[in-house]
Amino acid sequence: MSVETAGPSRAARQDAFFQALCFSAAMVLMATLAGLLIALVIGGWPALAHFGPKFFISAAWDPVAEDYGAAGPIVGTLVTAGLAMVMALPLAVGIAVFLVEFCPSVLAKYVSMAVELLAGIPSIVYGMWGLFVLAPWFALHVQLPLFYVVDPDSFWGHLFEGIPNGANIFTAAMILAIMVLPYIATVLRELLLSVPTHVREAAYGMGCTPYEVVSRIMLPYIRRSAIGAVMLGLGRALGETMAVTFIIGNSHEFPRSLFASGSTIASTIANEFAEASSDLHVSALLALGLVLFVITFAALVGARLLIGREKA
Amino acid sequence: MALNRHLFDRHARRKLVNYGFVGLTMAATAVAVIALLLILWSLVANGLGGIGLHIFTMDQPPPEMPGGLRNAILGSLEMCAIGMVMAVVIGILAGTWLAEYGEGKRLAEVVRFLNDVLLSAPSILIGLFVYEILVRPLHGFSAGAGAVALAFVATPVVTRTTEDILRLQSNQLREAGMAIGAGKSYVIRAIIWRASRPGLVTGALLGFARISGETAPLLFTSLGNPNLSFALTQPMGALPTTIYQFALSAFDDWRALAWVGALLIAITVLAANIIGRALARGSHQS
Repeated sequence: MSVETAGPSRAARQDAFFQALCFSAAMVLMATLAGLLIALVIGGWPALAHFGPKFFISAAWDPVAEDYGAAGPIVGTLVTAGLAMVMALPLAVGIAVFLVEFCPSVLAKYVSMAVELLAGIPSIVYGMWGLFVLAPWFALHVQLPLFYVVDPDSFWGHLFEGIPNGANIFTAAMILAIMVLPYIATVLRELLLSVPTHVREAAYGMGCTPYEVVSRIMLPYIRRSAIGAVMLGLGRALGETMAVTFIIGNSHEFPRSLFASGSTIASTIANEFAEASSDLHVSALLALGLVLFVITFAALVGARLLIGREKA
Repeated sequence: MALNRHLFDRHARRKLVNYGFVGLTMAATAVAVIALLLILWSLVANGLGGIGLHIFTMDQPPPEMPGGLRNAILGSLEMCAIGMVMAVVIGILAGTWLAEYGEGKRLAEVVRFLNDVLLSAPSILIGLFVYEILVRPLHGFSAGAGAVALAFVATPVVTRTTEDILRLQSNQLREAGMAIGAGKSYVIRAIIWRASRPGLVTGALLGFARISGETAPLLFTSLGNPNLSFALTQPMGALPTTIYQFALSAFDDWRALAWVGALLIAITVLAANIIGRALARGSHQS
C-alpha cells in the first residue's frame, strides 16, 4: 500500500514500462548481430582448428577426402565483386550526374523510379534472367566470336579461356553490377544534390561548361562520401547469393581466367549447406560464412564511416 | 585548313567535350532503364502464358505432370506473415526507442550503426545463424525457423523506416501532448504513432517487399516441401525455394513453372515497393 502513495504514479510506471519495452526491442537488434558472429565462430571453429591457416590459402575442396580450403571461393568472391564495381561505378556516376544536371524534371521522377525498381527486383529473378537470357546471349555473341578471333596462347587467349556456355565469373560480375547499380546511383545522386548551389553557380558564372562543373567541382566535392557509396555497393556484391549461384558455374577449381567457372563464398554455402554430409563439411562452410561476415562487415563499416548516416 | 583550325578552337573543343559527356551520362542511364525493361519483358514473355487458375489450386508436381504452385504460395504467405508480425513489433519498438528515447545517447548511436550493418548484411548469413540457433538444436528443418530467419531480415528495414518517420514529426506535437498532462509513453502511442501511421505502414511494406523474394535464408531453415503443409514444426515449401529448385532442373515444365513463380514474386515485390514509396511520399508532404 505504501507503494501506492510514496511510489511513482501509474502514468510514470507506464512510461517506464514502455521505455523498457522499446529499449529491449533495440537490444534484440544488438543481440542478433552479436549472436550471428558468435554462432559463426563457434560453428566454424572445428574446421579452423583442424586446418589452421592453411584453410585460407589452400584451394582444395574435396568432401570425399574431407580436405577443405577456402582460397577458391574467397578469390571468386573478391574478383566477382571487384569486377562488378568496375562495371557499375562509371554507370552509376553517369546516372547520378544525368539525373541531377541534365535530365528534364518531368522525366527525372520516372527515371529515378525505374532505377529504384531495379533495386527491388529479387535476387532469384536476377538469377533466372542471368541463367536463361544473359548467359546464352553472352555465350553466342561474346564468347564464341572471341574464341575464334583470339590466339589461345596469347595473354588475351588465357584471359578469355573457358567453355563458351555463358556461366562464368564475368557474367556473374555483370549480373552483380546491374544489381548494385541502383544502390550506388541513388547514394551518389543524393550526394550530388547536397553540393551547395552557390558553389555550382559560381563555377557556371565563370563560364564553365556543365562537364567542367561536374568533373572539376561537383565530383571532387563529394569524393570522400562517393568512395563510401562504392563500398556500400561492394558490401552488397560480396554477399549476394542467389543470382551468383545461378550463373557462376559453381566449380571449385581455383579461377584461372575471366571466362572460367568459379564459386563465391555465398554460392558455395547455398549449394552445399543443406546437403553437407559430415560435421567437418558443415564446419568448413560455417567458417566460410565467418570469412564472408568479416569481409562484408569491413566494407559496410568503411562505407558508413565515409558517407555518414544521413546520406546513406 | 579553316575547318581544322575551327575544330581545335578552344571554345569549340570544350563544347564538344561537354556534348560527349552529356551523351555518356544519357547512355549510362539508358543501360539501367533498358536492363529493367529487358528483365520485366523476360518475366512477362516466359511467365504470363503459364498463369492460370491451376497455379493457385494445385500443388507442385512431380516432373512431367500437370501441377501448380499452391503449396509454395501458401507456404510463402504463412512464413512471410509470421516473420512480418515479429519484425513489425520489434522494428517499430526499436525504431521508437532510437527516435524518442535515444537522443544524444552513445548506446543509441551504436544500435543505429549496427542496425545499418544488419540492413546490408548478406541474408545467407542470417540463414546460417538461424540454422545454428534453431535447426541444429531442434534436429530438423522447420517453417518456424524459416519465419524467424525472414523476421531477422525484415526487422532492420522496419526499424530504420520507423526511426526516420518518427523524426519527421514536429516537436510541437509532442509538447502539445505533454501540455495536456499526458505521459511520454501515452504521447508516443496515441499521438506520434497515429500521426505517423502511413510511414509505419510504408516500413512494413518495404520489409515485406524485402523478404517475399528472399531465398538464401530459407534454403537451410524451412528447406522446402513438395506437399501442402501448414505445420510450423515441419519443412515448408516457399515460392523462392521452389523457383530455385525448378529453374535449375532438367525438366521443361518445371522451368515453365519457375518462370510463372518468378513473375508472381516480381509483381508482388514491385507492387509493395511502389505502394510503399507512394505512401512515404504522401506522409513526407503532410
